[in-house]
Amino acid sequence: MKIDHSLPLEYSTEENRLKIFGFWMFLGAEIMLFATLFATYFTLENRTGNGPTGAEIFVITPVLLETFLLLTSSFTIGLGIHAMRLGRQKAMLWFFGITLALGLGFLGVEIFEFFTYAHEGAGIQTSAFTSILLTTLGTHGAHVTVGLFWGLYIMIQVKKRGLTPETGNKSFIFSLYWHFLDVVWIFIFSFIYLKGML
Amino acid sequence: MEFFERFAIPHPSFAIYASMVAAGLTLIAIIAGLTYFKKWGYLWREWLTTVDHKRIGIMYLISALLMLFRGGVDAIMMRAQLAVPDNTLLDSQHYNEIFTTHGVVMILFMAMPFIIFFMNFVVPLQIGARDVAFPRLNALSFWLFFMGAMLFNISFMVGGSPDAGWTSYFPLADGESVGSHYYMIAIQIAGIGTLLTGINFLTTILKMRAPGMTLMKMPMFTWSILITSVIIIFAFPVLTVALAFGTMDLLFGTQFFTLDNGGMAMLWANLFWVWGHPEVYILILPAFGLYSEIISTFARRNLYGYKSMVGSMVLISLLSFVVWAHHFFTMGQGAFANSIFSITTMAIAVPTGVKIFNWLLTLWKGKIEFTTPMLYSILFIPLFTLGGVTGVMLAMSAADYQYHNTMFLVAHFHNVIIPGVVFAMLAGLTYYWPKMFGFMLNERIGKWTAWLLSIGFVLAFIPMYITGLDGQARRMYTYSESTGFGPMNMVSFIGAAIMAVGFVLIVYNIYYSVRYASRDIGADPWDARTLEWATHTPVPHYNFAVTPEVASSEALWDAKKNGHQLFKGEYKKIHMPNNSGVPFIMSCVFFVWGFALIFSLWIPAIITTIAIFVFMTLRSFEIDHGHYISVEEIEDTESEMRGA
Ligand code: HEM
Ligand SMILES: [Cu+2]
Repeated sequence: MKIDHSLPLEYSTEENRLKIFGFWMFLGAEIMLFATLFATYFTLENRTGNGPTGAEIFVITPVLLETFLLLTSSFTIGLGIHAMRLGRQKAMLWFFGITLALGLGFLGVEIFEFFTYAHEGAGIQTSAFTSILLTTLGTHGAHVTVGLFWGLYIMIQVKKRGLTPETGNKSFIFSLYWHFLDVVWIFIFSFIYLKGML
Repeated sequence: MEFFERFAIPHPSFAIYASMVAAGLTLIAIIAGLTYFKKWGYLWREWLTTVDHKRIGIMYLISALLMLFRGGVDAIMMRAQLAVPDNTLLDSQHYNEIFTTHGVVMILFMAMPFIIFFMNFVVPLQIGARDVAFPRLNALSFWLFFMGAMLFNISFMVGGSPDAGWTSYFPLADGESVGSHYYMIAIQIAGIGTLLTGINFLTTILKMRAPGMTLMKMPMFTWSILITSVIIIFAFPVLTVALAFGTMDLLFGTQFFTLDNGGMAMLWANLFWVWGHPEVYILILPAFGLYSEIISTFARRNLYGYKSMVGSMVLISLLSFVVWAHHFFTMGQGAFANSIFSITTMAIAVPTGVKIFNWLLTLWKGKIEFTTPMLYSILFIPLFTLGGVTGVMLAMSAADYQYHNTMFLVAHFHNVIIPGVVFAMLAGLTYYWPKMFGFMLNERIGKWTAWLLSIGFVLAFIPMYITGLDGQARRMYTYSESTGFGPMNMVSFIGAAIMAVGFVLIVYNIYYSVRYASRDIGADPWDARTLEWATHTPVPHYNFAVTPEVASSEALWDAKKNGHQLFKGEYKKIHMPNNSGVPFIMSCVFFVWGFALIFSLWIPAIITTIAIFVFMTLRSFEIDHGHYISVEEIEDTESEMRGA
C-alpha cells in the first residue's frame, strides 16, 4: 500500500480515496431515500383519518432538546476529525465519545417521544399520517442507532490500532455519515415539526 | 397444523406439483453431482467466495439465462391459454399468478442481471482497470440479488405466488395470501444488491480509468453504464422506500396504501413508477451501449456522432424521471397533469431518434460484416423503431383512454423490450462469449436463432396491436368466441412457440460450440476496437499485466492501425483483493430473514436480523489488505498465455 504523506491521513492511500468517494455516492442514495420519505410525508400529512393531527401531538420541548443534542454532536465530531488530522489520538477519542454520548441522549429523547405518541393514540397503525410520521422519524432514528454502534467500533479500533490510514479513513467516513444525519434532522425539524406546529 | 398450513399453496394444480417434483429432482441431482465429482471445494473456492468481477459477471449471466427460461415458460403458458377462446388450460387465479411472475422475473431477475453481467464482465476491462472499486461489495451485490431471486422463485411452491401484476397495485396486492409479501421482500433484497452495484460502478468508472482515458474518450458502452449507474442511484432508493411501505402495510398494519384512515392507494402507483420508468432506461441504455460497440466494430468504422450519442443519453436519463405519470393517464389526475406528462414522454423520442440516426449513419458509411451480433443489431433498428412509434401513440393521453390496459400496451412494451433489450443481450452475449470462454459460438446456429426470434417476435406481438385496438383487455385470462380475437391469438401463440424454439437453439448452440468450436482464436477474434480485446483470452485474473495508456475512445484500434503503444513499462507487483465467504453467507442469512418475514415467523426474523448486524460488526473489525501478485508470477502467467 502506497501512503501519500502530503495528503491528510484519511485520503492518504488510493483505497482510502476510493472509499471516501464511494461513500459520497452512497450518501447520494441516502438523500434519495430520505427525499422519498419527505415527499410521502407531504402527501400524507393531512390524511389523518380518525387519528390526531400533527398540531395535536407535537410538543416543542423534547424536539428542541433533540435538535440541540444532535447539532452539538455534529460539532463535536468535527472537532474529533480535526484532532485526528493533528494526530492527537486521545483528544480525538474524547470528542468521538462525547459525540456518541450526545447521540445516545438524542435517541433517548426520541424513544420517550415515541412512547408519548403511542400513549396519545398516535401509533404507527393509526392513520396514514402517523404511519409516515413514525416511519420517517424511525428511519432517521435507526440510522442514529446504527451510527452509535459503528462509532463505538471505530473508537475501539483507533484505541487498539492507533491512527493509521485505515482507521483514519473509517473515522472520517463515519463523520460524513454523522453530519448527514444532522442535515436530515434539520429538515425533519423544519418541515415536520415547525411546519406541523404552526 | 395451523403452522404448516401457511406454507401450503392456496391454488394447487398438476403443473405446480410437477414443477415441484422437477425442482426437487434438480436439486438432488446437483447435490449428488457435486458430491460424486468432489466439486464442493472447487465451487466454494472458485465461485461462491470469489471477488473477481469476471466470475461474478458469469454468475450473473447464468442466473439471467435460467430466469429467461423460467419467465419464458410462463410466457408460453399464457399464450397457450389465450390461443383459443374459452380455453380452460389455466383458471383465472393461475393466469394472474403467471403474468405477475412472468413480469417480475423478466424485468427484475432476467433483464437486470443480464445487464449487470455486462457491467461486471466488460466495464473494468474496457477502462483498463484491475477490478471494480469495491470487489467485496460487488460479491455481496451479486449474492443479495441471487437470494432475492431465489426467494421469489420458490413462491409458487411454498405459500403461493403474488397475483397482483408486476406493478402490484394496492389494494389489489392485499395480504390475503403470502404472495404479495414475497413480492415486497424478495424484490427488496435483490434491489439493495442492485443499488450497491450502481454505487460500485459509478465509483469504478469515475475513479479507475486507465491513464489517458478522459470522460470523452470512454467507449460508448462504458458511457452507458456510467449513466445507468447514476439512474440506479437515484431510482432504486425510491423502490426501497415504496417496498418498505408496502411491507409495513402488509405485515404491521400501517396505513400507507389502505382505503381508509387516510391511506392512499395512488401513492403506491406514483412511487412505483417514479422508480419503474427510469428502470426501463436502466435496461435500455446499456443495450444501446452494446449496440454502439457492435455496430462500430462490424461496420469497421468509428461511431458516428460520439458526442451526440453521449448527449442524448444524458438527456434521456434526465427525462426518464419526469414521465412516470404516463402509466396512469386514466386514473383521474386531471387534464393538466396528463398534458405535461404527455409532452415530456414524447420528448424522449427526440434523443432516442438521434441515436437511431447515429447508428444508421455509422452503418451507411461503413463496410458491413454480417456476423451474428451485427445481425441482431440490424434487426433491432426497424423493430425497435416500430415500438418507439407505438410508444408515442400511447403517450397521447387523450388517445390513451382508448388503448389503456389493452393488448396494445402489451404489444408496445414487448416491442421495445425484446428487440431493444433482449436482442442486445443476445448480441452482446455472442460478441463477448469468446472473451469469456475462449471459443466462438457457432455463427450459423446464431444467425438461425436471430432470424427465428425476429420472425417469432413479429408473429407473437404484431397481432396484439390489432386485437388491442379492437378492445382485447390486458391480463384477461380468457375471452369468448364472439369477440373474434381467436385467430389473431392463435397466430400470436405460434409466434411465441417459434421464439421458444429460438431460445432452445441458444442452448443447443452453447452445447454445440463447447464440443466443436476451435479453441485457437487469439485475444481479438472480431478485430475489435476497444481495450477489453487487448488482453489475453481467457483473461488473467489481474486483467492487464501492465496498465494500458489510452489516447482515444477506440484504444485498441489506434494501437492496431496507428501504432499507438498501449502497454508501456515494466511489470510491477499487482495488488489484488482476497476471496471472502462473508458475502455469500451473509446473503444466505438474508434469504432466511426474508423467508421469516414473509411468513411472519418473528423469532427467526429477529435472530437473522441480529445475525446480519453481527456480520457487519465482524466486517468492521476485520483486517484484510488483500495480497500481491509477484513479478515472477506475472511473467510466468504472461509467457504461458502467449505460448497457448
Ligand atoms: C419472449 C417472449 C415473450 C412472450 C411470448 C411474452 C408474453 C407475455 C404475455 C402473454 C403477457 C401477459 C399479457 C396479459 O395477459 O396481460 C406478458 C406480460 C408481460 N411481459 Fe412478457 N412476454 C415475453 C417476453 C418478455 C420479456 C423479455 C419481458 C421483459 C424483459 C417481458 C415483460 C413483461 C411484463 C412486465 C408483463 C406485464 C405483466 C403484468 O401484466 O403484470 N415479457 N408477456
Ligand atoms: Cu414509463
